[in-house]
This record gives sequence, structure tokens and C-alpha cells, in this order.
Amino acid sequence: MPFISNTTEQQKEMLAEIGLGMDDLFSDIPSEFLDKSMNIPDGINEQNVRNKLAELADKNSINLTCFLGGGFYDHFIPAAVYSVVSRSEFYTAYTPYQPELSQGTLQAIYEYQSAICRLTDMEVANASLYDGGTAMYEAMMMALRITGRNKIIIDDSVNPIYRVMIDSYTQNLKIELEETHCVDGLANRERIFKRIDDKTAAVIMQNPNFFGCIDDLNDIAAAAHEKGALLIVSCYPISLGILKAPGAMGADIVTGEGQSLGMPMSFGGPYLGFMASRMKYVRKMPGRIVGQTTDRMDRRSYVLTLQAREQHIRRDRATSNICSNEALCALTALVYLSLLGKKGLKETAQICADKASYAYKRLITIPGVEPHFKARWFFNEFVLDLPCEAADVIAKLIEKGFAAGFPLSRYYDKMENSILICVTEKRTKQQIGTLAEALESVL
Amino acid sequence: MKLIFEKSVRNRRAVQPGPNDVPASINIKKAFLREKSAEMPELSELDVIRHFTELSRRNFGVDTNFYPLGSCTMKYNPKITERIAAYPGFAHLHPLLPQLRMGGMLTQGALRVLYETDLFLREIMGMAGFTMQPLAGAHGELTGMMIMAAYHRDRGNKKTTVLIPDSAHGTNPASAAIAGYKVRAIPTTENGFMELKDVEKVLDDDVAGLMLTCPNTLGLFNPHIRDICDLVHSVDGLAYYDGANLNAIVGKARPGDFGFDIMHVNLHKTFATPHGGGGPGAGPVGVKEKLLDFLPVSIVVKRDDGTYALEYDRPKSIGYVAPFYGNFGIVLRAYVYMLMLGKNGLKRVAENAVLNANYVREKLKKHYELAFDGICKHECVFSVPEKMLRNGVHAIDIAKALIDRGFHPPTVYFPTIVKDALMIEPTETESRETLDAFIEAMIEIAEQAMVEPDTLKNAPITTPVSRPNETAAAKNPNIASL
Repeated sequence: MPFISNTTEQQKEMLAEIGLGMDDLFSDIPSEFLDKSMNIPDGINEQNVRNKLAELADKNSINLTCFLGGGFYDHFIPAAVYSVVSRSEFYTAYTPYQPELSQGTLQAIYEYQSAICRLTDMEVANASLYDGGTAMYEAMMMALRITGRNKIIIDDSVNPIYRVMIDSYTQNLKIELEETHCVDGLANRERIFKRIDDKTAAVIMQNPNFFGCIDDLNDIAAAAHEKGALLIVSCYPISLGILKAPGAMGADIVTGEGQSLGMPMSFGGPYLGFMASRMKYVRKMPGRIVGQTTDRMDRRSYVLTLQAREQHIRRDRATSNICSNEALCALTALVYLSLLGKKGLKETAQICADKASYAYKRLITIPGVEPHFKARWFFNEFVLDLPCEAADVIAKLIEKGFAAGFPLSRYYDKMENSILICVTEKRTKQQIGTLAEALESVL
Repeated sequence: MKLIFEKSVRNRRAVQPGPNDVPASINIKKAFLREKSAEMPELSELDVIRHFTELSRRNFGVDTNFYPLGSCTMKYNPKITERIAAYPGFAHLHPLLPQLRMGGMLTQGALRVLYETDLFLREIMGMAGFTMQPLAGAHGELTGMMIMAAYHRDRGNKKTTVLIPDSAHGTNPASAAIAGYKVRAIPTTENGFMELKDVEKVLDDDVAGLMLTCPNTLGLFNPHIRDICDLVHSVDGLAYYDGANLNAIVGKARPGDFGFDIMHVNLHKTFATPHGGGGPGAGPVGVKEKLLDFLPVSIVVKRDDGTYALEYDRPKSIGYVAPFYGNFGIVLRAYVYMLMLGKNGLKRVAENAVLNANYVREKLKKHYELAFDGICKHECVFSVPEKMLRNGVHAIDIAKALIDRGFHPPTVYFPTIVKDALMIEPTETESRETLDAFIEAMIEIAEQAMVEPDTLKNAPITTPVSRPNETAAAKNPNIASL
């Protein structure tokens, strides 16, 4: 009987002591519902389950050299990250409702919130959200609450995976969602400025954007603020090792996917949505927030705070329905950032940018391979045009052992030949060289 | 204890990234770069490990202490599931691979895990199909409400209101509200649950559906559940089952048979995946046949040749609620747990969860006041007796006194309809010896409440901090060290 401590004898003794039979315990459930047959296999033991799952794991291709990004990245993860997050004092705990026995989780979240603020140049951060996409949705809802308006402008250089999520979430709400079309890889200023009006709650941008292009969004922040709207910026935390932070560009809410901070790709989750904002908006923020305080002996302590915003108190008037965070993922990000440190984070970002830049220059020497955009500023992802259909080329390169990139035609019109290529610090000069050779050979 | 930032020593290093084996060819306009590096701590690897090891010792977890936190199902998390989730074949799998041409063939193992988890959940819950996308229980509720809205839109129904009992978790009304619905609360009667006649009273054509936890937050199973669901169906409403308390009935009875149309399952509760200090969890949503078309994109299907594929072409779908296939790592752990328990193991989960809860209920009912007398399911709810309250002892004091005795307290002050509530959920994995020790501690505290109430007011004394000032924290928020 897996994982049940009491023996059958003990169960019988306990039942006898409380004067009940097992059937009595379920006598409140109408018998028509009880013990119906289920088509589920019999249980198996640990050895068998391990073998079965090892077999399934082998059916997944993880040995492709990865140049695939699109918001989800193959970064190096130091061993010490796993050591910390596999401490069961962290992972078998729950939401820190009782601060006295959760100071470990609480202080770690406070430190995580601090690290996110420092990284994004913002004043406040929450304890985390589910992922980068739901964080963007929550930021949008927060902007609607702050401004009391109902129009959102979102640029199509924002990760399309998040844009489809926002589309889904707004189906049943009275929100006017306007998508602006970027030009040459960057936000179309003219159009955005024209569209911001006194009904606009927020403009949503991403930097570096889905194409890897870098921008300075100061002028968009200024234009939004002039009309009383907010600027929401989604960002890639590793890039902030070197790139100007959204906070320094006037962003009001910053969100992003934190997977790159020490989490494996894990086929889509668990991931980490982060959110930072300004102190003046803290009471409009969704999600758990940890605050510092003192206890009755004046010792520094940490507690869940500003709970008057939350569902367990405000019910249908809460800022969000969220009642958890991704605490273990937030811890992962904090440990990762602590191990890299101030210099290591900067170096990681620099190496990514260097290797991407090197790969870009190498790949465009291949006849027929051209940069897609005129704008040349990118972080560690870039778009190339191939002389033929990108999806087809990518399929051929899989045969040669590469996940060479992402075919943009999946989400964008008129980009059938365009491929989005990502280079992290894990890729080597040699791998870039062999990718170039392989690409040339299949064109 | 110092913050990690306060331990920073200039130029100290832990991990060296790289190497950088390409010429330094960074090519970014200066205006796009940050002026100053982000102030991350500068530490050695040992510093980092010591810091977090020390933090970990300031935590209670299921592995260290009995954790009978009501409504949270803090059962033991099998270690093998952690090991398997770390297999490189799962952990290092890029989620965009299936979106490449023929890419689905690169992820057959993972797709099979998703597919079979869906099949298992269908059988266990009596539903026609599940999506693994929702990333937590509350996220499942929102997904369920979006499916409800899509159904009514598709039928041309103009529905505005969702009915929710007043004993519900706060997430229920919050989820209905952010999906665009008005919420109408239904009272709990003296029997401890919602009555058919109270539903009847408020039922009209505006009702889109009902959200219900069953057994409810008092640990009581509503015997009229089928009739209540039928009633909601009579106005073309849908019945939503909040799976928060599934541990009480898993393997024994199926929400689909009760008449529910939509439900979510908290994999981190019923299926033993770790709570992670507050997440990540997973909240797969299941629906009946008539709602299958509305499930999120994508869905894993098995093709005639035995291979697995993702189906994206779903015109009536609500779309995407998560970027990919949900919290795959969590779904995987739950899948392993289901494989290990099998049919009989799952049934014993509910039996032993309910046995343990009733054992605690029976042993403590002379010492504390039962909110509702009678057989409970997976948890029992007590009130602090009047005589203790008169001595100035409240639920919070009992909770803090338990900490000094080495136990995580039960959920306190919830459900809010019970005064000074203590909500105890022992789960099936705990042994009789542990329950007896807990019961003994509870009885000792009850006695102390009458003779030396002040010692309870001073608890806890064994922890690094004691009764932090929450009011001050909320008044002047300090939520980051900048």
C-alpha cells in the first residue's frame, strides 16, 4: 500500500476505537456513487516505474544542439541550484501562512523580490506568478484597475505565445485590444503614438522583443504617460545583465518569464512569472507579497503582507484569483542569481550576446542567407531569411542533430522563409560552425 | 539573520560562466545598455549554500513535521517522482519542439505522459476529457469559468451569474468574477451544507452555473449533490466541481457521476506532488462530452499508428491559458504517482484520509467544539470552545502553541462561517503514532488554555521569530531591499 503508513491492523484498531466501520465513513455518499469500476491499471513498484519512465524519457530528443529560443532558453544551470531547491524543507512546505515556521521561505521570497527589483530597476515586486504569459495578463488587468480604462495596445513584436493567451483571457471581458504592427523589427512609433488616447489603460511591449531586437522604450513611456496610460514591458531577465532595465525606460509594470534563471525547460513548466512595479501601485498588484517587519522582541521578520488585496479576504472583489505563487521557482531564480553574482550575470549576458553576434556574422556569410531586419541591434536572438521555406530547412537540420531555430511563419504572415535563431552561453564556437556548415549543406 | 545582499563581499565569486570561445564581438548601441550592473550579491558557492541551508532550517515541511493544514492536503511527496522529473529526457526538453515540422516525433515520451494522465484522470473523475494547461488550482477554476462562458456564448445564452456557497474558498468567487461573472452567495445551513431549496430560491435564467467543493470546506459531503446539479442543469446552467477536497473521495466516488460538468484537480494535493512552499502546482481541468470542444488548445491525441500528436485545430476552443502543455514537470510527478498506486492504491488513499480525519475528530471532540457533528470526510473543523475564548485564548494561540510542540498548525479562521475555526486535515500518509502525538498535544493545549492561558499567548518560543507584527508590515510596506 504505497505511502500509507498505517498497517491494516492499525486501521482496524483505529476504526474499532472510534466505533465505526470503513463503510460507515462513506455512508454519507449515496451508494449509487460508490466504488464504481475504473479502468486503471494495477499499481506498480518503484523499480518498475523507474524503468518505465526511463524508457519514456528516452523517447524524447534532448541531444539536438539547441538554437531554439522564442522566450524559453537553454542556459547553463549550476549544480548548487539543484542542491538548494531539492532541500525538502523548501519543497515540501506550503504557502507561508504561519510566519514563525516559514521564515526560510519568507526571507527567500523577500530576497527574490529584492533581486527582481534590482534587475528590472523597479521599486516593488510580488512573490511571483505562474509564468511570463499569465504575468503579462495580470499586468494588463492591473493597468485596467489603476486607470479605470478599458483599452489596451499591444505590439505584435510581443511574444505571440503570450498574445494568444491574452486573447483567450479577454474573450469574456469588455476590453478593447488593439494590436500594432511592428516595422523592421521595432515598434512603429507613429502608429502607437496615434492610437494612445484617453481610453488607453496601457501599452504592452517586450524588450528584447520576440525577434530578439533591442529598443529603448523611453519615448513610448512618455507618450503613454502623457495620456495617463501605463507602459507594461515584458523582458528576458538574463539580458538585463547588460541591457538597460525597463525601469530606466519609464516602465510602470515589468513582467517576464524567469525560466532562464536556473530552471530547466521541462517541456513547458513549471516556470516563473515575475512582476515588478512602482510603490504607488503596490496595493493594486496581484499575487502574494512578502514584507519585512519585526516580531514582538523586535527581531527582523518576514510575513505575507497586503493581504487585503487578495481572494481569501476580498473574494469576488480581489485583485486576482491567484492564491499561490511559484515559490520554488522563485527560490531557484534567487539561488541562480546569487551564484552568478553581480559579475557573473553580466558576463553571462555578454557571452550570450557575443556568441549570438558571432553566429549572426558567420551565418550571413552563407550564400542566400540574409538578415531579415535592417535594424542590427539584437541580444541573443536574431531573424534570418533563408532562400527557401524555413520550416522545411529546420526539419532537415533536425536530421543533422540541430534544433536550429523557430520558423516565424507559425505566427507571422509573410515570414515563410524567416528563422529565429537563439544562441546562449552554452553553445560553442564549434557548434556554431557546424550549424553553419549543416545549414549551407541543406540549402 | 542577514539578507543575502548584506553578506556580499566585493569581487567574491561563485560560478564562472562561459567559457567565451568567440571573439568579443558584442554589437549593441550604448544607449541600449545599462549604466550600472544589477546589484546581485557577490559570494562564494559556500556562502550561498550556507545561506540557503540556514534558511531551509527555518522552515517546517512535510518531511520535517506533521502538517495538518486543512484544505491543503499536505501528504507525503514520494521521492521517486522528484528523481524522475529530473531525468534529462524530461527536464531538458524544449517546449517548442512539437511546433517544428515533424517535431512531435521528438517528444513522444512526454506526449504519452500527457495523454495517459488525461486517460487516468477521466477514469478516476468520470469526465470525458482533461486539459493539462492550468498551472494551479485557482488557474483551473478560471479556465473552467472560461469554458462555462464559451459554452453559453456558443448556445446564445445570456447568462450573468454564478452561484457559490458561502463556505467556498475565496478563489471560487474571485475566479468567477475575473471571468466576467457576477457572484451570488448561497448560505450554509445548520446541517453544514447548501440546501436544495436555497438553490431553488435563486435559480433563474441568468444563472450560468454553480461552483461547488464537495466535500465542502467543512469536510462534509452534500447528500443532495445530484439533485442540486440537476436543478442547475434545468436552466441550462453548468455545475463546476472544485477539486480542492478530492482526497476525500479519490478512487471511491467520481464527481462526473454526481452530475458535475466541469472540474479541476489539484495535482499537488490529491496526487502528491510537492507544494514547493506555495507552488508550482497544477490544476488540470476536466469536462463532460458536451464541453470537449471548448477545452484549451492544444490537446494530445493518439493516432492510428500509435504515435502521439498535438491537435491545434479546435475552432470552439477557449484558446490558450498557458504557453504550452501546463506544468509538465508536475503532471509527470502525478502520473508516476498514479502508476504506482493503481486502482486499489487510489481507493485506499481516500479511505485512509477519511479514517485519519475521523480518528482525530472523535478523539478531540470532547476537548474542542465540533463545527458540525457527524462523520466528516478528509478533514474536520473545530471551533475554539467558549470557555477558552473567555480566557482570552483564540485559534491563533492554539496554532502558535502547536508550533512549540513540533506541529504545523491546522488552517485557522477558515472557513470564515465558523467562529475561531481550526481546520485539521491529517491526510492518509500519516501514521497513528503521529496522530496520537498531535491529539495529545491538542488536549494538553486545551487544558493549558484553562489553567495558564498566558503561556499560550506567549507561544511560540522555540522559533526564530514570534508573532511578527503584520499590521506594521501592511501599513508601511517594505517589500524589497533596494
